Amino acid sequence: MNTEFTAVNPGSIIDESQKLKFAGYHLMQQCATRIPDAYELIYTFGKGLEVKQLKITLPENEEISSITSIYPCAFIYENEMHDLFGVQIKMINIDFEGKLYRTAIETPFK
Amino acid sequence: MSNRSVIPFGPQHPVLPEPIHLDLVMEDEKVVEAIPSIGFIHRGLEKLVDKKDFNEMVYVAERICGICSLGHGLGYSEAVEHIMDIEVPARARYLRTIWSELSRIHSHLLWMGLLADAFGFESLYMDCWRLREEALDMFEASTGGRVIFSVMKIGGIRRDVSNEMLKDFNERIFKMEEDLKTIARPFLEDAAVQTRLRGVGVLTAEQADALGCTGPFLRASGISCDIRSTGYCAYGDINFTPIVSTEGDSYARTKCRIEEIFQAFDIIHQCIDKMPSGDIEVPVKGMPNGEYMMRIEQPRGEALYYVKANGTKFIDRMRVRTPTFANLSGLVEILKGCDLADVPILVLTIDPCISCTER
Repeated sequence: MNTEFTAVNPGSIIDESQKLKFAGYHLMQQCATRIPDAYELIYTFGKGLEVKQLKITLPENEEISSITSIYPCAFIYENEMHDLFGVQIKMINIDFEGKLYRTAIETPFK
Repeated sequence: MSNRSVIPFGPQHPVLPEPIHLDLVMEDEKVVEAIPSIGFIHRGLEKLVDKKDFNEMVYVAERICGICSLGHGLGYSEAVEHIMDIEVPARARYLRTIWSELSRIHSHLLWMGLLADAFGFESLYMDCWRLREEALDMFEASTGGRVIFSVMKIGGIRRDVSNEMLKDFNERIFKMEEDLKTIARPFLEDAAVQTRLRGVGVLTAEQADALGCTGPFLRASGISCDIRSTGYCAYGDINFTPIVSTEGDSYARTKCRIEEIFQAFDIIHQCIDKMPSGDIEVPVKGMPNGEYMMRIEQPRGEALYYVKANGTKFIDRMRVRTPTFANLSGLVEILKGCDLADVPILVLTIDPCISCTER
């Protein structure tokens, strides 16, 4: 599998996702990793057995745009990143507002 | 226009062995929208990377789920092995493949039993689970476990399987094939069963691809995508073609899974015939440093294992994207426009595993 990660600015995630959508890629997953003062977000897209991965470094107090306007199925991954890590994502199409996971501690992975 | 009402479905329901909740927006007897809700059994297993070293995390990965246990241990181990550039011995790769296919057999037979139970065919349900016991017996004989196997390790496997036992497995699988032919007939030919499955919950190839669906749920819509084709473990040495159906309905999903069981039998026969001799593990030196996204084909579909390591014994991140997590969007789509009476069957046809999904 191609495990190269292409670095992308948080501000250009919509454009990059749009390009991949037009190129026929579907969304495979989104996930967050905690790094000092920031989050590392990985968005994985697939077309058949081919894979492209975007890596975004998002400062802790900054927001990133949801890609649900391009990939509606992203809502589940984005709600998960919000609930577990506290990643701030704006304009999610189905926003559970912190209620996707019923965790005893707020944003336990932060 | 009819009045709309909302029916809560789950998290406790006779067809749901694990908890998921759906808010079904109804117009008379038709579902017009379904909003999923999970999170009832979230355990935060991925967070244990803070406390367990990269070797111990194999055990954690195996405990994500009782049905897909072997696959989770395998996916995590392969991700770490790629980071550490470890070449697993051929015999271990072949045994991993046999166990993966036994997992597929017991998972699909479990699902067939649940489906038979959901449409009220109890003797068929018992037959499916009786046959599943054969697969679990082979697991017990070769790994010592029936649910959690603890047989994977970074660099190989923990237990070898003797050639005599493999020969015995070959015979037992021939017998299982005959039994499955009998059990499969009602699923594929019975008129009452077909009434419940044919044309119900159709997902087109375009929808399945756009929604990122995986596994038999995707392949039943006509898309030939099976991660085993990438050749991980011993799949690169095995002849097989992904099972695909074009109808995209519940019947197609059932047919795909049944044919995948027969294919799994064939893959096990091939592995036993080609089984190499030699070591089953290599020594692991040093600590992992780097990141890798491993893809494997679990019984329910493609699973992703992301591992990020920092050169110490504790890794930074383990993330598991399970097949059910990806198939939830497809479930929401096929529920639109269906009858309320078909909702339990449709939920089952994605073969949901909430335990995996919640981690």
